[in-house]
Amino acid sequence: MTAMALTQRPASVLSRLLHRHEACRGWLLLAPALCLMLVAILFPLGSTLVMSTWSLDGYSVDRTPTLGNYSAMLGQPMFGALIGRSLVVATIATVVTVALCYPMAYFVAFHVHRHKALWLILLTLPFWTSYLLRVFAWKVVLGYEGVLNTALIGLGIVQEPLAALLYSQTAVTLVLAHSWAAFAILPIYVSLEKIDRSYIEAAADLGDGLTRRFWRITFPLSLPGVVAAFFMMFVPTVGDYITPAMVGGPDGMMVGNLIQAMFGPMNNWPAGAALSVVMMLTIGLAGLAFLAVGRLVGR
Amino acid sequence: MISLRNVCKSFGRMQVVNDVSLEIAAGEFFSLLGASGSGKTTLLRMIAGFEAVTSGQILIDGQPMQDTPPHLRPINMVFQNYAIFPHLTVRDNIAYGLRRLGTPKAEQARMVDAMLELIALPGYGDRRAHQLSGGQMQRVALARALILKPKLLLLDEPLGALDKQLREQMQIELRSLQRQLGITFVLVTHDQEEALTLSDRVAVMANGQVIQVDTPSGLYDRPKTRQVAAFVGTMNFFDATVRTDGSARIADVAGLGVMTLNGSGQGRTDGERVLVALRPEGLGLSRTKPEGPAYAVAGQLQARQYLGGRQLLHVQVAGRAAPVTVAAGAARGEDPWSGDEGSPVWLTWAPDAVTILDPT
Repeated sequence: MTAMALTQRPASVLSRLLHRHEACRGWLLLAPALCLMLVAILFPLGSTLVMSTWSLDGYSVDRTPTLGNYSAMLGQPMFGALIGRSLVVATIATVVTVALCYPMAYFVAFHVHRHKALWLILLTLPFWTSYLLRVFAWKVVLGYEGVLNTALIGLGIVQEPLAALLYSQTAVTLVLAHSWAAFAILPIYVSLEKIDRSYIEAAADLGDGLTRRFWRITFPLSLPGVVAAFFMMFVPTVGDYITPAMVGGPDGMMVGNLIQAMFGPMNNWPAGAALSVVMMLTIGLAGLAFLAVGRLVGR
Repeated sequence: MISLRNVCKSFGRMQVVNDVSLEIAAGEFFSLLGASGSGKTTLLRMIAGFEAVTSGQILIDGQPMQDTPPHLRPINMVFQNYAIFPHLTVRDNIAYGLRRLGTPKAEQARMVDAMLELIALPGYGDRRAHQLSGGQMQRVALARALILKPKLLLLDEPLGALDKQLREQMQIELRSLQRQLGITFVLVTHDQEEALTLSDRVAVMANGQVIQVDTPSGLYDRPKTRQVAAFVGTMNFFDATVRTDGSARIADVAGLGVMTLNGSGQGRTDGERVLVALRPEGLGLSRTKPEGPAYAVAGQLQARQYLGGRQLLHVQVAGRAAPVTVAAGAARGEDPWSGDEGSPVWLTWAPDAVTILDPT
């Protein structure tokens, strides 16, 4: 009788509720993330939006809502050009990175049979040092009297140091590609790893050689990973300002640098906020366009 | 048509296929039957080209094929999990091999339509793999392979994932399809019933070796080893010792007593230990001691398995630990041994129902 009494402990209201309604359980699990998002994402986003409608009056801020910042941007072709350049640089860096990372991910997924985890950890090696240090290291490599130029002169390939290595769009693309490689490799690796090997065998069985199998089976089935890799890298690189500031020079300047300048030396927070909003919308639109293209190709 | 000559396969130090030689005739439905780990799937994958042979030859129409990559072999395969490409429609799956051959579009469409008709799935062309049931995927995999008119079709446990009724239906369809098309089929299965139902000939495999190749009835009625006898159908084994009594060669059989050996026991020497094997249908059961020339031994009915049209009766006899399994038919409306568990019975059998085997 005692044992019975123990097992028939009445359930609390909360546990009854959770038992009855699966949705409640879901919300409970989501709650911490939702709270964090509310505080750390939605609130800053909201304040950015609000601030972008303020204006600068001398050294003080005028808080009457106005779209002045946005109309000022429309009047200045510099903003459009800068956003355009940011999109181009990020796109090139992303495409280069994805193209370079795909073979690596392919190798680990298909040809490494032991110590896969070790390989994956090694692939994230660029992330083991701080972002800033990595960029500095690239300055050392690409500089006028840097590793690369010294080596080229030493080998007698060039007579004069190449000035164009550092402080150019190419340098920005290169450094971005190196810094964000792990973000591209991992999603591609996961999508390749998931492909059932019997699909590839079936394609071989139906007469396709190595190349055809890849383009007809492996690549289409890994597209979700490629799309994910593209996003994971494109979104943060469009707005990046450290790399262009350090290795970009005047030609390599991107929209992130201007936003940083507006919040920093120029001390025009409302304009910076407006530019941030425009950039977010641009990235959002670019992402949607990319998804739409992906859908069309996937059909 | 296809010849395997001394084919061996090792993975590291593990020998998976050990010196297999087989001749499979054109138009034959041939099965590789064995438990998991017997090497049957590895052998099939070597014929398809997915595994390289360690040594030996694979010839198709006299052409050595063991070093040809899979996409150049005149062979197609139905995979165990069907491997229907998930990003393509049923139609594109079936046409997959044709695209590369450069068959004109209109011709392709006509061939795919004919295939959809053949596998009884017209109107399913625009579906994707995840919209198909297991049986439908199986048919699509079959169509995708057959549209290329291969010399040889390999099937790797193609019915394993289907439920019993669908499996039986697909067995009949597969068999009639093979007859209709005249293509050589090589099937891998662990299901002895499936192998017996479908095949012209069956190779029974164990430990990487082929232990017997025969027709289904040959395997069932004349198993050469204990392994084959045990794997194909149900078999009662009895330990026995051979001796000579006058002019007759006889055996002392544990549980069954003394019996005269027929043809299969003539080659045995005195004192040799052998195995007497009896199928459940080779044994009879009666309540009273039977008259006549048949052998009989007394026992006790221990358990009964009623299976509808027939039943299995398990009889305990003296001198044998495990009960003897006897099959008995049951006419409609009758259940002759109902409630007889525990009662004394007589086991009977005819001398020619007995198979004599080596003990190992």
